[in-house]
Amino acid sequence: METESVRSGNSSYVSHRSHRNRDKHRDRERKRRHNHSTSSSLLKADRSVTIQTPPHSTTGGGEGEDGEEVIEVQILPQDDNWGDNTTAITGTSEQTSMEDISRMAKDMEDSIGLGSIQHLGVVIATTLSLFAFLTPIAFVVLPLVLWKETLDPCNTVCHGLFISFAFKLLILLIGAWALFFRRPRVVMPRVFVFRSMIMALVFVYTLSYWLFYGVRVLDERPSNYQDIVQYAVSLVDALLFIHYLAVILIELRHLRPQFIVKVVRNTDGENRFYHVGQFSIQRAAVWLLEQYYRDFPPYNPALMHIPTRAPKQLTGFKFYDVDGNPGNASAGQTRAMIAAAGRRHESIHKERYYEEQEYERRVKKRRVRFVCATEEAFTHIKRLSEERGPAVPMDPHEAAQAIFPAFARPMQKYLRVTKQQPYHTMDSILKHLAFCIVHDCTPKAFLERYLTPGPSIQNESEIHKKQKWTLVSDLPLHNSLEPGMSFALREQSFSLLVTVMRIPTIKLKEDYQDPKSNKFVLRLQSETSV
Amino acid sequence: MAAGSPIGGIPCLLIEILKEPVGGSAGLGFSIGGGIDQDASRNPWAPDDTGIFVTNVMPDGPAARAGLNPGDKILQANGYDLTMATHKDAIKYLTKKKEQVIRLKIFRPDILRTRGNPAM
Repeated sequence: METESVRSGNSSYVSHRSHRNRDKHRDRERKRRHNHSTSSSLLKADRSVTIQTPPHSTTGGGEGEDGEEVIEVQILPQDDNWGDNTTAITGTSEQTSMEDISRMAKDMEDSIGLGSIQHLGVVIATTLSLFAFLTPIAFVVLPLVLWKETLDPCNTVCHGLFISFAFKLLILLIGAWALFFRRPRVVMPRVFVFRSMIMALVFVYTLSYWLFYGVRVLDERPSNYQDIVQYAVSLVDALLFIHYLAVILIELRHLRPQFIVKVVRNTDGENRFYHVGQFSIQRAAVWLLEQYYRDFPPYNPALMHIPTRAPKQLTGFKFYDVDGNPGNASAGQTRAMIAAAGRRHESIHKERYYEEQEYERRVKKRRVRFVCATEEAFTHIKRLSEERGPAVPMDPHEAAQAIFPAFARPMQKYLRVTKQQPYHTMDSILKHLAFCIVHDCTPKAFLERYLTPGPSIQNESEIHKKQKWTLVSDLPLHNSLEPGMSFALREQSFSLLVTVMRIPTIKLKEDYQDPKSNKFVLRLQSETSV
Repeated sequence: MAAGSPIGGIPCLLIEILKEPVGGSAGLGFSIGGGIDQDASRNPWAPDDTGIFVTNVMPDGPAARAGLNPGDKILQANGYDLTMATHKDAIKYLTKKKEQVIRLKIFRPDILRTRGNPAM
């Protein structure tokens, strides 16, 4: 976007709502022929640059100029973060090299309003399915209401059909509820293809059934009620089959693993491999993000650099001339300097190595102290039922507060060394301690949370807000995964790079090993001369 | 002591060999085979006996001069028991560098007919 906006000659300005308005305004201007100032050259040269035309201002497009230079410039706040501030709706951000049409579509989405778009799909789906569900009931009820007098009385076959009708409807209801009525956890940037396909199918079915019903039944008013009930039952059957199709497409198809996907975090190199089935890119991204929260430790920018003590400054070497011979000084000096520089280069590696070792030693020391202090603290607590003799009962929170100071300081030092202290507030620690005490945890169980950085989902502060991720890909998001494809999921401070590899087709052959063939012989070593 | 069958113990012969280390070899002048980790069924003198046997004696070597014969089973070497030793262990005990003299207790099937001192 930014590349288009730079035009120094004119004080014109590019807006995001460019394309749609451009053509309309051009036509309108041509008809009107008022004084407009133009920047015709600009427009003719580059189709992607236009001028914002707010309703009252006068800017032009494309005809001959006139002397009047009323250039009213409307500065639009160009929000550089327009791709990032939405919950993945405008997910295919600037890096997609798609045509302008798609960009235009995004602009329209942007302008309509983001909240409505993401719910629009769900709303449409629910209304359509509700309508489809009520249709068979309507089919059956309408004749009763409209022309009850001329209807044949319902005989046994008809009653049987009614029963099956009712049960099938019930099953459809339960199935739809079980499968589709879930809290939408994800918002996807593009239309969910399968869902829209299913919805289209439902729509077409219902429409055609209504058409037939309207023409043949409502107009002619046949008196054979059984046929009508049978017709309604057939619609319910069709709906059940569509439900089956939906289950297959939306739930089952992607369960069989077809690809192995490697996810690497670009800041600290954490990587994981996952099995993935047949997915489109956006659904794969969603699935991978769910796994991300379980498997990846939280990204800790403070851990990027090993903390060093005061770095030893390796100042330049001073050269003393021992021989007092001025002539050879420079040659000898340069050679010595090069040698010293080479040695210094090596010493960087050594320094780094020793720093890392030193750091690890420090972490281990503090960890041991922490663990010992915690174990000792835990010995002071015992359940009331196990304790004989006089005792002061405390509830778990008080107990936690009582023993916490015993290991508070080693814990703090340990957390500081491993740079974990922003993740654990005092409250959370006390809560966790109370929880562990209640459930008879050993100190080791209490400590596991602090000694190993667990999955990202453990950091509660982050999960309460909606997580904003951007899917960056140069292929359209509906494409299925292909081996060799790669895309990125960007978050604010890091991104996840995803590469897709195919699972090799395995050819399994059978081979039979006779148990009687497991015979062994001792080999006699040759004699040794002594 | 009479050359009758003693109460307990196996009749054996005591042979002392003076080592003459030449180059790399230990200098005893014979070859051994057998051991608990070897295939005892191939033993030509006593099948299924996993002891250490002398398979070859070099002529004019220290062992030959001391009276060692092929087919002798070595029961002890300098106090180390070889009846339940692996092949490598036996070699180890026989070729200790610090010992110049090796005292072997050996057994032969016709031991009672051999001249020399039957020892226990």
